[in-house]
Amino acid sequence: MVLRVLGKMMIPFIMLFALYVQFHGDYGPGGGFQAGVIFAAAIILYGLIFGIHNAMRVVPPDVVRVLIAAGVLLYASTGVAGLILGANFLDYDVLAKDPIEGQHIGILLIEFGVGTTVAAVMITIYFAFAGRQR
Amino acid sequence: MAVTVLAIIRLHNLVAVVMLSGFYSLLAATLFVVLDAVDVAFTEAAVGAGISTILMLGTLALTTQHEKVRALPRFPLILVALTGVALIYGTADMPDFGDPESPIHEHVAPRYIERSAEEIGLPNIVTSVLASYRGYDTLGEVTVIFTAGIGILTLLGVRRWRSRKPGPDTATGDEDRNAAGGDRA
Repeated sequence: MVLRVLGKMMIPFIMLFALYVQFHGDYGPGGGFQAGVIFAAAIILYGLIFGIHNAMRVVPPDVVRVLIAAGVLLYASTGVAGLILGANFLDYDVLAKDPIEGQHIGILLIEFGVGTTVAAVMITIYFAFAGRQR
Repeated sequence: MAVTVLAIIRLHNLVAVVMLSGFYSLLAATLFVVLDAVDVAFTEAAVGAGISTILMLGTLALTTQHEKVRALPRFPLILVALTGVALIYGTADMPDFGDPESPIHEHVAPRYIERSAEEIGLPNIVTSVLASYRGYDTLGEVTVIFTAGIGILTLLGVRRWRSRKPGPDTATGDEDRNAAGGDRA
């Protein structure tokens, strides 16, 4: 009971913190890898407290599996977008008129890709392990 | 940290070993903070102490909690000891800790530190290097994680999730729903 009440209170803040780490990684410590893991930790905590089947209802495994690939694709297509706009692969200068703004957009996009893939993979691994029990 | 490692070697209860390795990761994270590598410390605390402990516990739940004690294997022990000695001998050639003349500080690092503010415009140089200068490497890292996820899916199976009907695990959830339904009724 205590766990469930505390969990309900904590999980939104963990997710918020994950988003903060994700999008504030440019200015402070953090980035996609850490944010993805923290976000996954929130889902896993939910799964531990309320049962894995409830967690699977909140975050359907099918969707998570698509997200695994979506993150990598977002990252790679950011690189390809640079190619199409006439620069090197993963060169973000050309993504906006101002090179620095382009770098900002590029880094934000690829970090988001990283975070998506990391979170999705961690959740999938947890589902795969915990879903097999008994 | 050394005490933790010795305890990990000594213990045969794997749950305790997993807990201690999480603790070790936390200690390593504090070490990284002391070395001013906040990004690395962050990762170590989140991945090493957090997620991997849970995943290891999940593995233990699928396998067993107790280590099978066997006689100490001689040959691997000698091999590991020799490798360790060779590695320690190798560190004798390394530049002193914090030496400004060491190759690592004279290669690309000064350029990153001097130019990244005007080229990338981010205060966190770690992010600039990771996401922009070394973006190709990071793409590789993400692909590694992607591959790991696909591997786990392949090994542990996916279809079983779908075919399985909600079991006794969901009892709490069902109660919730019943309670909610009752309220409405």
